[in-house]
Amino acid sequence: MNFIDNPKKLRGFEKHVRIEKVSRRSILKGLGVTGGFVLAAPVMSRQAFAYETGAGKMPHGVVVDPRVFVAVAPDGIVTIVAHRSEMGTGVRTSLPLIVAEEMEADWSKVKVQQAHGDEVKFGNQDTDGSRSTRHYLIPMRQIGASARIMLEQAAAKRWGVPATEVKAVNHEVVHSASGRKLGFGELAADAAKESLPSVDSLKLKAPKDFRYLTKGQISIVDLHDITTGKAGYGADVRLPGMKYAVIARPPVTGGKLVSFDPADAMKVSGVEKVMQVRGWPWPSKFQPLGGVAVIARNTGAAIKGRDALKIVWDDGPNGKYESVAYRKELEEAARKPGLVVRKEGDADAALKSADKVIVGEYYVPHLAHVSMEPPVAVADVKGDKAEIWAPVQSPGGTREDVAKTLGIPEENVTVNVTLLGGGFGRKSKCDYALEAALLSKELGAPVKVQWTREDDLHNGFLHTVSVERIEAGLDKSGKVIAWRHRSVAPSIASTFAAGTVHQASFELGMGLVDMPFEIANISCENPEAAAYTRIGWFRSVSNIPRAFAVQSMVGEIAQATGRDQKDMLLELIGSPRIVKLASVKDLWNYGEPYDSYPIDTARLRKVVELVAEKGEWGRQVPKGHGLGIAAHRSFVSYIATIVEVAVDDKGKLTIPRVDTAIDCGTFVNPERIQSQIEGAAIMGLSLAKYGEITFKDGKVQQKNYDDFPVIRMDESPLVTNVHIVPPGPDTPPSGVGEPGVPPFAPALINAIFAATGKRIRSLPIGKQLEA
Amino acid sequence: MIKIKINGQEQSWDGDPDLPLLWFLRDEVGLTGTKFGCGQALCGACTVIVDKEAVRSCITSVNDVAGREVTTIEGLHPNGDHPVQKAWRQVNVPQCGFCQAGQIMQAAALLMDNAKPSHDQIREAMAGNICRCGCYQRIENAVHLASTGV
Repeated sequence: MNFIDNPKKLRGFEKHVRIEKVSRRSILKGLGVTGGFVLAAPVMSRQAFAYETGAGKMPHGVVVDPRVFVAVAPDGIVTIVAHRSEMGTGVRTSLPLIVAEEMEADWSKVKVQQAHGDEVKFGNQDTDGSRSTRHYLIPMRQIGASARIMLEQAAAKRWGVPATEVKAVNHEVVHSASGRKLGFGELAADAAKESLPSVDSLKLKAPKDFRYLTKGQISIVDLHDITTGKAGYGADVRLPGMKYAVIARPPVTGGKLVSFDPADAMKVSGVEKVMQVRGWPWPSKFQPLGGVAVIARNTGAAIKGRDALKIVWDDGPNGKYESVAYRKELEEAARKPGLVVRKEGDADAALKSADKVIVGEYYVPHLAHVSMEPPVAVADVKGDKAEIWAPVQSPGGTREDVAKTLGIPEENVTVNVTLLGGGFGRKSKCDYALEAALLSKELGAPVKVQWTREDDLHNGFLHTVSVERIEAGLDKSGKVIAWRHRSVAPSIASTFAAGTVHQASFELGMGLVDMPFEIANISCENPEAAAYTRIGWFRSVSNIPRAFAVQSMVGEIAQATGRDQKDMLLELIGSPRIVKLASVKDLWNYGEPYDSYPIDTARLRKVVELVAEKGEWGRQVPKGHGLGIAAHRSFVSYIATIVEVAVDDKGKLTIPRVDTAIDCGTFVNPERIQSQIEGAAIMGLSLAKYGEITFKDGKVQQKNYDDFPVIRMDESPLVTNVHIVPPGPDTPPSGVGEPGVPPFAPALINAIFAATGKRIRSLPIGKQLEA
Repeated sequence: MIKIKINGQEQSWDGDPDLPLLWFLRDEVGLTGTKFGCGQALCGACTVIVDKEAVRSCITSVNDVAGREVTTIEGLHPNGDHPVQKAWRQVNVPQCGFCQAGQIMQAAALLMDNAKPSHDQIREAMAGNICRCGCYQRIENAVHLASTGV
């Protein structure tokens, strides 16, 4: 059965995958199960707050209930639940910090507890799309404010005074008229009996009274454990009687096991069993690929045993996938008209009548996430109950998928969320947890499935591969009058539905149809591209090739017309305005309502101007150095980056300085914004310099960090400066985790042009500068 | 029977002598602070100190360290207050944190060998340790801080 037949197996983006019979997951499912005050719909009314978000439209929506998220112990320790997954963004600290701020808890007396996967109880838990702060700033403040009011009411009753006379201040409730004080711990039992205040009645703190938010003074809660080796990642879970497994999977997507000989593997010291693992036909969402598992007393023995297996695979129809030929197919498709997904004016006619046409055809290959912690999961399945421990970005989705895979009720599945040793979108797909569940069920014992780095590269869900072709028509004065952008890439939707050849609205909306330039004649097209491997979300997703193409083209136009890159960029962005996209059928807009999160060119201009000022655009640089700039809106945030590059006479690159300006609206922790942007520069440099997964005979050719290199310290930027735009009073929060990556590569490429006169249109840079 | 001193305690192993030290530490002894990242000595996540030298435990067999002293992140300092650990916290180095045990062990070994490494020496010595989150700027600052007194 094709997995797509059951709509409940899709999460969150159902609306955006154009497949019939798919309806949105019921957000009301299981509502009666909890006694809590559960709001499945958006809780933010227009009256109460200046903005709305798409949070309520996510599966299971938002839950605003302090009894679910906050516990106060008699000793005063406040426990706050983190319901999103920690993969390095700091979310496990930031969200509880918001609650603590609003409830006047003293952070030194707060403990953070990680939620297990239960979206009926906690609301949506998908940690992706740079959504956590954006969707939860207001709900977490409301939860904190509700808890504070319940504590205040309890104290007022105890003292027999009106609640209006008492106030929570730093872990105590104070009656200033009489000088009386009661600690949160002393009030805990009474406060729990208080009725929940209505969400509409909550008065939130004024930003001037913030102790923690926007200050950047609080370190992540796991800092000490991380530096002492005590922090618990997926791979660190150990259960009594646990077996260790590695799996040999089909080397070609959609391939099948024909036969295997376990004899030599069984001779390896420590190997206990060799067994087949059930696989699902491709495409089947996140279901396991199947293969042969080696079960051992430790991971080292399991790996050695797997090396000794003799396996015959049937590669199936994808055995012909080959990257050089596929690139030619994409290029040919990009040179012909395709499905029009945005049309303003008549770009075809304007290109014909233009004085000058500049054509750029840009290529970005497949990329792999290679998070430092490869996929890993522990499962303990007993009868019709399953318990999972895994580093997953989507604990609710994992719970659903484990239940479906084992054929047991969701209520019987517990998903414990460990720390994630990096995610970058790979851990949004829970295939490794499903493998562990299947093996544990069959073995009747707890089992850990460990992916090796080779497995991670060979059997992952790769970033798409794309050709972006842009034709820009200029009139005699050098003004851009026509813009035709064709984007050709296999879609993530192909991992869910066979025969997918067009990109989904959530991909088209990442830098193609939402392109903000003020040009009279625009055509955006999406010619067909079939997929031959599993395509998945990778940090920043389609924004990577789109920003690379669009912002490189800005540099090319500047180059052709002899203008300054930054001036050219501002001219193309045009007047400060809200961009209207009447011709776009389904403007995804990152799931956010357009009136709260429009494309505001004033904000895009501002980050360009800010980075130009702080980054000293136009400064004199030594010979062989160059400056490049790029700006891009993604995840409803606005970012601009300046890269200074130095290229020596052998073509070796160094990056003396990076400056990035970010407008992410109202923010929580500027220190973590800074760390995300520093990291984004390095991930951007990695993909620009080295990132390329290639296929031959249907198989990924790279194996490990030697042939899929990422940036190391000796080649990382010497300094990355981060400039955060102060938010207006009602500016909604927007994404931070992903937006930093897309502008880096085009800023670097524009800088390389400035330094060398060489224009790179195909990533990675590789040896192109050595020629 | 192979005997190894790990964090001051004697451990023994009578299984496959070729078993990588990494898996012996993690799966047999239960010291999970040392991480698996690549299995090929390419990323440094599994770095431990053997005698006074940083080694990649993923390609070092149990037999290779027979009779020697192995220090893992758990044994670097009884309270986790080695200057490198303190500097790491002061600079707020980690993002996901998975590579940091290996980074810290590499940095501690560097400082044993060279108490005041230069900027270039830090960048060179730490280049074997990958951080996919991209914390390099802070790692460098933390090593520098640890070398000048926290």
